[in-house]
Amino acid sequence: MTEEIIIAGFGGQGVLSMGKILAYSGIMQDQEVSWFPAYGPEMRGGTANVTVILSDERISSPTLTAYDTAIILNQQSMDKFEETVKPGGVLIYDPNGITHHPTRKDIKIYKIEGARIATEMGNTKIFNMVVLGGYLKVKPIVKMDNVIRGLKKSLHERYHKLIPLNEDAITMGMKNVIEIN
Amino acid sequence: MGELRLMKGNEALAEAAIRAGVDGYFGYPITPQSEVIEYLMAEKPFDRTGMIVLQAESEVASINMLYGGGGTGKKVMTSSSSPGISLMQEGLSYMAGAEIPCVVANVVRGGPGLGDIQPAQSDYFQSVKGGGHGDYRLPVLAPASVQEMSDFVPLSFDLAFKYRTPVLIVADGLIGQMMEKVELFDPVPRLTDEEVIERYPWATNGKPKGQERRILTSLHLDPYKLEKHNMLLQEKYRKLEAEEVRFEMIDCETADYIIIAYGSSARIAQKSIQLAGEEGIKVGLLRPISLWPFPKQPIDDLVKKGVKGFLAVEMSAGQMVEDVRLTVRERTKVEHFGRYGGVIHSPEEVLEALKNQLIGG
Repeated sequence: MTEEIIIAGFGGQGVLSMGKILAYSGIMQDQEVSWFPAYGPEMRGGTANVTVILSDERISSPTLTAYDTAIILNQQSMDKFEETVKPGGVLIYDPNGITHHPTRKDIKIYKIEGARIATEMGNTKIFNMVVLGGYLKVKPIVKMDNVIRGLKKSLHERYHKLIPLNEDAITMGMKNVIEIN
Repeated sequence: MGELRLMKGNEALAEAAIRAGVDGYFGYPITPQSEVIEYLMAEKPFDRTGMIVLQAESEVASINMLYGGGGTGKKVMTSSSSPGISLMQEGLSYMAGAEIPCVVANVVRGGPGLGDIQPAQSDYFQSVKGGGHGDYRLPVLAPASVQEMSDFVPLSFDLAFKYRTPVLIVADGLIGQMMEKVELFDPVPRLTDEEVIERYPWATNGKPKGQERRILTSLHLDPYKLEKHNMLLQEKYRKLEAEEVRFEMIDCETADYIIIAYGSSARIAQKSIQLAGEEGIKVGLLRPISLWPFPKQPIDDLVKKGVKGFLAVEMSAGQMVEDVRLTVRERTKVEHFGRYGGVIHSPEEVLEALKNQLIGG
């Protein structure tokens, strides 16, 4: 199994940390992982993206031009990454702020209203965990208990009290992801 | 099994320095390498092992702190990125001349000049041909994973002290900035002062009674003495060439074509090889791990075995390819492909180049 993912959105949405938690979850189940962020001028333009790969085998290139899954959280990222999903692959997006919705017919498209759900749950910071939940429902590549172990590893101990909230957010994401085509 | 962590390459290098029993790290921040000194400062290694971490006033100062520290037989290290490494070349030449061990990591970015902060491999010439003046060589190791960013620190120190020479670790922004799973090796205690005095009879850590004064210098005004000194250095370089060549081969046994690539280009090329395989094209990867000494023998063996051509893939306008050509000596085709200036080539671009330049060309 190899899963090649791009996660893209605005800086501050938790794009990089979502990728990190996913990567740590992979390590918890003995997988090879890589996480490569855009750290150059594009980051300074306000968008953030990270390539995350989980695999049972040694990972080759940590940078890619085609992905099994794209998790897209703003319009700029939609414009840039819709075309990069492999035929038969998956695109998951939050419709909040999206004006041009994805149009491809050769991929599976899912919608997760992460921003709305996080607001309703009373904490916009868990937005990325709602989206992660949506992704894990569509592609259950890591087990929930490994995600929790991954969260423990990637969060400082003083934030461990927030893990149940994060777990709830993931569960809400799993319940609310909608298949479009 | 050692402790498993998800770390950036820069962080793994820093953690490895603490674990390898390094006595002093002297650095100056520069993107895309700054996490090394950030991690070290946050980790407070003085409390863990007694290791000193100091932010010098410049790269010139840090390399000369290595000259001083290494001269006393201590394990000393610095890291920087391309423009900072250029500033260190004078110090490296002096240390090569005075035979002072140290480890210098270069997390390469696009150049020339200040260039940009994106990954590049355009410091190959500087690294392997002697970036400073004089007849000298430095062992150069090129990690291609976060794991190797960790593992190559103790390896570099072994080489540095065995051969009394500065050793370069040449990574790039991609290896430095990405996170991967890394298995950390068990910590090695720092040597005590007594152990250093006993192990390194050349080190300038005080004149023991009844022994000659120890002098570490690169200045030999008598040309005959300097020639003799150079001959000894050359002997050392020949020994390194005979004993310290490192490389990895993937799928080369059955390959018609060979990609030669190091560091992140080797990782990207691995994907290109998979893509080629899906189209029925048999491509192998030869990954130089030691950029100097360069793995000439395996290239020569592949030529004799009758491979149809080599593609040197590097994020530069073509530097390592010259060493490949020197080894192949026109017995078969050698081409170069690479994006540069901080642009990372895609696995698909590499495959296209292979088809256009080697197979079709």
